Amino acid sequence: MGVPAARFSPAGGLANALGWFTRTRRKYGMEWWIMIAGMIVILFVVTMTVFPGLFTRFDPNDQNAGGQMKPPSSEHLMGTDNLSRDVWARVVYGARTILGVAIAAALVSALIGIPLGLLSGFAGGTFDRILSLIMDSVYSFPGLILAIAFAAMLGPGVINITLAVAVVYIPTYFRLVRGQTLSIKEEVYVEAARAIGARRPTILSRYVFPNVIATVVVIFSLNIADAIMTEAALSYIGLGLPAGIPDWGMDLSMGKKFLPSGMWWMITFPGLMIMLLALGFTMLGEGLAEVLNPRLLEK
Amino acid sequence: MQSTSETILRVNDLTIHYPISIGIVRAVEGVSFTLADGEALGLVGESGCGKSTLGLSLLKLLRPPGRVTGGSILYRGTDILGLDARSLLAMRGRSISMIFQNPLTSLNPLFTVERHFLETIHYHDPSLSRGKALAATGKMLATLGIEEKRLREYPHQLSGGMRQRIMIGLALIMNPDILIADEPTTSLDVIVEAGFTELLANLRKVYKLSIILITHNLGLVAEIADRIAVMYGGKIMEIGSAQDIFARPMHPYTQGLIDCVPNIQLDQKELVTMPGSPPDLVSPPVGCRFAPRCPKVMPVCTERTPRLLEHAPEHSSACWLYERHG
Amino acid sequence: MGTLVAAIDLVKDFPLRGSLFDAFSSHRAAVHAVDRVSLTLAEGEVLGLAGESGSGKSTTGRLLLRLLEPTSGRVEYRGRDITGLGTRELAAFRSRAQIVFQDPNSSLSPRMSVGQAITHPLQIHGIGTAAEQKASVLDLMEKVGLSPAQFLYRKYPHQLSGGQSQRVVIARALITRPDFLVADEPLAMADVSVRALILQLMRQLKEDMGLTYLFITHDLATAKYLCDRIAVMYLGRIVEVAPREELFSRPHHPYTKALLAAVPVPDPRARRDKNLPRGEIPSAIHPPPGCHFHPRCPFAVAKCREARPPLREIGPGHVSACILD
Repeated sequence: MGVPAARFSPAGGLANALGWFTRTRRKYGMEWWIMIAGMIVILFVVTMTVFPGLFTRFDPNDQNAGGQMKPPSSEHLMGTDNLSRDVWARVVYGARTILGVAIAAALVSALIGIPLGLLSGFAGGTFDRILSLIMDSVYSFPGLILAIAFAAMLGPGVINITLAVAVVYIPTYFRLVRGQTLSIKEEVYVEAARAIGARRPTILSRYVFPNVIATVVVIFSLNIADAIMTEAALSYIGLGLPAGIPDWGMDLSMGKKFLPSGMWWMITFPGLMIMLLALGFTMLGEGLAEVLNPRLLEK
Repeated sequence: MQSTSETILRVNDLTIHYPISIGIVRAVEGVSFTLADGEALGLVGESGCGKSTLGLSLLKLLRPPGRVTGGSILYRGTDILGLDARSLLAMRGRSISMIFQNPLTSLNPLFTVERHFLETIHYHDPSLSRGKALAATGKMLATLGIEEKRLREYPHQLSGGMRQRIMIGLALIMNPDILIADEPTTSLDVIVEAGFTELLANLRKVYKLSIILITHNLGLVAEIADRIAVMYGGKIMEIGSAQDIFARPMHPYTQGLIDCVPNIQLDQKELVTMPGSPPDLVSPPVGCRFAPRCPKVMPVCTERTPRLLEHAPEHSSACWLYERHG
Repeated sequence: MGTLVAAIDLVKDFPLRGSLFDAFSSHRAAVHAVDRVSLTLAEGEVLGLAGESGSGKSTTGRLLLRLLEPTSGRVEYRGRDITGLGTRELAAFRSRAQIVFQDPNSSLSPRMSVGQAITHPLQIHGIGTAAEQKASVLDLMEKVGLSPAQFLYRKYPHQLSGGQSQRVVIARALITRPDFLVADEPLAMADVSVRALILQLMRQLKEDMGLTYLFITHDLATAKYLCDRIAVMYLGRIVEVAPREELFSRPHHPYTKALLAAVPVPDPRARRDKNLPRGEIPSAIHPPPGCHFHPRCPFAVAKCREARPPLREIGPGHVSACILD
């Protein structure tokens, strides 16, 4: 069963969600745990984003945190960098940037790709063919190259980076939703909807879309994972973000220079964090995929 | 027709369970019956009664997590459930064959009709020459009423009825003792179904076949079966000759089933219906599984389970209407 | 009673996507699903449309509701031609004529609850306030046997049994109080005992709500039970129409006779003289010339392949498309 229709009250909605959790828990094994593991990681990072003060008392841009290039210690959990900034603080505050950009980019992609996919799949004909052609062309570009091209075109800035990353994923949503729409279009219940007199917009919104949404949620999570990597890559090569904003990708690039001299903590920790966060979203996505679309083992 | 021939299949107290997330489904519970040489036994019931599960288990084709948890299946004295993989493979298609509902998915889309037959023959009898195999195939096609030229065609080029005939041909090419047919005509048109039924009757005579026919179609079973076992909720409710079952049904479920099927040769004003739905096989009701829907239910029915006993010559039922319950 | 629905010379061809060679030939191959079919349904009657696969019965049913557009011909509802209706009038028609499909599980959206599914037609046609709609739905649910209605209202299709799902489909079709219901093999997916229940329900509802049915089926035994008149179709054409008693006691067309003889009878003592037609149903893309049935007909003569036999009257209310007697 999909996520049940939530009652329009926060308490009701929460009760509903919790109920759904406990019910699915009993039904699934490994996948449920994977999903939960992913959620925990994400929750951890989100808390870091919202309440950075809980995690560190240092300012990420404070160049007087305490000594240059100090290895990890009880004072500085992840050491300090070449500008005497606390690495852990940079990690904590950097979470905002990367998460913010990735989620925003995914949202933008979804908000553009999904409706286009629905319309294209449902309408068919020349409109569909032209749109598919455009989307396929964009899709065939290696994602990173495309992002770089857009970032270079748009110039620096958080918004521009978000847009650059977003463009890469629009075709993903488009193709997925279009494919689903094409097959759902042939389902008997869509014909039944026509038979009861529903017009096309109603059919799309009440019959096609709800049946497409489950897969979209999964893709959304995986998309964020990918967007995290893309954003990190962009700032690694120096595109997009101004120096003042702490960013894992940028720190990665800076830390690279010092690695040969044996100072591993500058590059390792941001790198680990990128991997961890991407993994978290991937696990959530994969786990959710199994939970929302159960295999027909039973019945 | 059956008490004088030897029994070639004896199923004793067979129980099949399969675990699901919320519990264990008791799909088949303590089922016993026999099949005599040359006899056609119909296993009749609605969906969920366990007949298909039972059929699959006869050739150990049950997919995990389904498992036989008790009982035995004796084919000419040997327990099929105890056979090793090699013996099992040798037996399937050779001593006991099975055909299913949808022939399109049972046939290999990449094989021609000829190849299907040759491969089957070769698998069971590798020493047979190609010439002899082809001859046997030709003979089978003639019996099936299929033209020679079809040998070079692929399954998708054939009609549904023809595919089902090919299926039967493949099942019988090694001349098995027993054919298990699981809903063989459900996907066929009426006229094609009638042709298939005629073919089955014919093949039965030519190959001296014993048949287990699993179906929910009362018309089909009335035409083919010598004896009929009626299943409900994983158990056999009644078993007897086809005549007895239709003319003198003992169990209220059997009666209900017969009453609710439209008969084209009769002038039926009203169909007697059976409200309610099949039992929950994870936690079945205490006592008789049909009790919640039975029009003749008595207090004892919800307390103790009636046993399948012979209450008339060659005619058994599991019902407190006939069994003494003190 | 007057004629509620009439089909006049309906034709439906489904063009096939051709190969390169077709571009050079004068005509495109097509599946001739419905080949000049004419029918009338009197108000309050149950007309059975019987046939095997490829007969065109399902397509005809959909044409009558304009779920498919005819290649030519027209459909009239209460004397009005509905083939040319605009969107608004078509929507109004949809509240008066409905369909029940074969497979209840695929005709209900998995993401809509029972209540939502049945209420939706009311919302589309703007009938009643939300409270009135809910009351109406609950009432109809009880009537079709979906009880307890309040409990089942929130359930989703996968939580229902086959019989219950089919009742939901029926309720959804009847919630706008239509006059005309096309039932396309509504029993095909149901269990034996459930079929009887649904048949009984359909009969009951017809009485209570004054419905007219087009009952599409391949099972003549069921048709005998429910229908007043029966039309038999073969390969896109109607071959015989007769009142129930007539059709079963005095079938005329050889195909009808074959069909009747082939129906399995749940009685081991029944007389079975099959005399089956040889061969199989031919392709609807290249049907045989003249009478479609002649290659398989045991009584065929040379004349049968010359021209399409017209439906001629052979008794009161009884027509047959066979030139022989």
